Amino acid sequence: MSILVNKDTKVIVQGFTGKEGTFHSEQCMAYGTQIVGGVTPNKGGMTHLGKPVFNTVEDALKATGATVSMIFVPPAFVADAVMEAADAGIELAVIITEGAPVRDMMYAKHYATKKGMKTIGPNCPGIITAEECKIGIMPGHIFKKGNVGLISKSGTLTYEASNQVVKEGLGITTAVGIGGDPIIGLSYKELLPMFEADPETEAIVMIGEIGGDLEIQAAKLIKEKITKPVIAFIAGQTAPKGKRMGHAGAIISGSKGTAAEKMAALKEAGAYVVESPADIGATVAKALKERK
Amino acid sequence: MNIHEYQAKEIFRKYGVPTPRGGVAFSGPEARRVAEELGGNLWVVKAQIHAGGRGKAGGVKLAKTLDEVEKIAEEMLGMTLVTHQTGPEGKVVKKVYIEEGADIKEEYYLGMVLDRALEMPVMMASTEGGMEIEEVAAKTPEKIVKVAIDPTIGFQPFHARKLAFGLGLGKDEQKEFIKFANALYKVYMDNDAEMIEINPLIKTGEGKFLALDAKMGFDDNALYRHPDIADMRDLDEEEPTEIEAKKYGLSYIKLDGNVGCMVNGAGLAMATMDIIKHEGGEPANFLDVGGGANPDTVAKGFEIILSDPNVKSIFVNIFGGIVRCDRIANGILQATEKVEVNVPVIVRLDGTNAEEAAEILRNANIKNIIPATDLKDGAQKAVKAAKGEL
Repeated sequence: MSILVNKDTKVIVQGFTGKEGTFHSEQCMAYGTQIVGGVTPNKGGMTHLGKPVFNTVEDALKATGATVSMIFVPPAFVADAVMEAADAGIELAVIITEGAPVRDMMYAKHYATKKGMKTIGPNCPGIITAEECKIGIMPGHIFKKGNVGLISKSGTLTYEASNQVVKEGLGITTAVGIGGDPIIGLSYKELLPMFEADPETEAIVMIGEIGGDLEIQAAKLIKEKITKPVIAFIAGQTAPKGKRMGHAGAIISGSKGTAAEKMAALKEAGAYVVESPADIGATVAKALKERK
Repeated sequence: MNIHEYQAKEIFRKYGVPTPRGGVAFSGPEARRVAEELGGNLWVVKAQIHAGGRGKAGGVKLAKTLDEVEKIAEEMLGMTLVTHQTGPEGKVVKKVYIEEGADIKEEYYLGMVLDRALEMPVMMASTEGGMEIEEVAAKTPEKIVKVAIDPTIGFQPFHARKLAFGLGLGKDEQKEFIKFANALYKVYMDNDAEMIEINPLIKTGEGKFLALDAKMGFDDNALYRHPDIADMRDLDEEEPTEIEAKKYGLSYIKLDGNVGCMVNGAGLAMATMDIIKHEGGEPANFLDVGGGANPDTVAKGFEIILSDPNVKSIFVNIFGGIVRCDRIANGILQATEKVEVNVPVIVRLDGTNAEEAAEILRNANIKNIIPATDLKDGAQKAVKAAKGEL
């Protein structure tokens, strides 16, 4: 078991024929991901990497039965691509593109939610179910199969954390890079319950960052609903206060978004809060031992 | 990206958000000319820097004669203003804004920002105008009224009424306020603003609303479609090393410690700073070399880190994913040929082809390059090296 994606998941790629789309699609296919086709407007009918190219997501969906789309289109076109996927009936869009305008993502996310489509990202490494399905740009070989779920705002810290977990002789069920943009798709509050419900996942690593209050919301959820051990690290304990000119952002949630505040909330919720990023793997091993 | 008050007010006027009349000046005589053109017998001279809290720091002054305008402007230009938002080093005033005096009857606060949790913009108002809004939020949160605006329906009269009632406005004033708030919403959405803050928003003796101050920040990702706003960037307000770093696709922020850091990925870069502190050291900087670390960017990274004389050691912490570690190791060697690196460089390369990378560094046998086995080992060595104990 795993969450969201597995070896049977059929994936199309929006922005399939571009440089990034091509490179990473090849890598995903080599990992074993079932990429069944791609979408590039005006290139419909072509074959790329041995797979059919379609003009629209709707055509691709009809022909292939894909449920997931991996999105590599340039930033200015991301919102359109996400909304097209939602309109066509895609169930999960994994948005890798970095640099999408926040306003665009706000509209795209609202529409996706209305259509019942889940999104991951933008500006994220993607999602991987170890040794089954990689939808994104992470180095697949770092993710060995195991019983630890992983949720992270940061790309390279996801790799770091997985590497540490594997060095402890453990492994990963599914790892999700949720991205750190102001508007993101699936976050801790949706993913923690999924890992809680996954019989194979026995511990959950969550990696957060300063800013916003997603980690504070996660802490509330952990306290109320999550029984599996959660190992948390918040990056940016030593970050200086933002150089923002205004400070209206800190007011909305009544939270200042500091690492200390997030760590305290998570600790209070019963999570294993790791202070040094070098201790993630060892703390997972310790938590699993203690809970057994 | 942030802009100055006078620039924000230019945008406001385009959208019909009322502001006092004013003009920008770079010298005393120029300030006098602006005041003369504005006419009247009361002017405000305001330092233009990207930080709040100017009033308390002496960056906002009243003038009753043209001579006074000129004198105050001359004093203000070149002055270093230290406010709660500038940091202790302060900011040098390079331009002033001369504005007509206003007849202030009431002062309010009005702001807009994205609520990340609700995923929609929020407009908020408070009767506590002129106060620091985070102080109001902490002490008397009931004095802040907020409305979240679903962008798919846009700003509706009911949103504005809720704010107007929250401010205790009478029936006639409400009409004026609703017009003001409507225009402000358009400013925010049309321009991909990240935040707008009007503090204070004033009501005049005649019952008109005016934005007496204006702060705006924009979504950098959307600047490509607002060339007019992108042109408003004031490089004087940014750190020269940070601008230089950006040219090479590096993200650099200078800090006060002595352990330089070069890392790939923002999260890992922050975590690297954290572990240095955890091991008893102080990070000298945040530096994210991005996903495509190559010899050129690594060389530039060394150059920028070493431009800080406090740096006593450098911790290179790269987790190679798609970028292979052996390539990065070669990049580091090439970089050390381009840039003279005279402090110990602790190199931790993990991930794809990490062993080949370690081999390359060992064989190169460069005195200043010290390999580390993992994150902790690297941080410990970097901290020790900075203390001269390695």
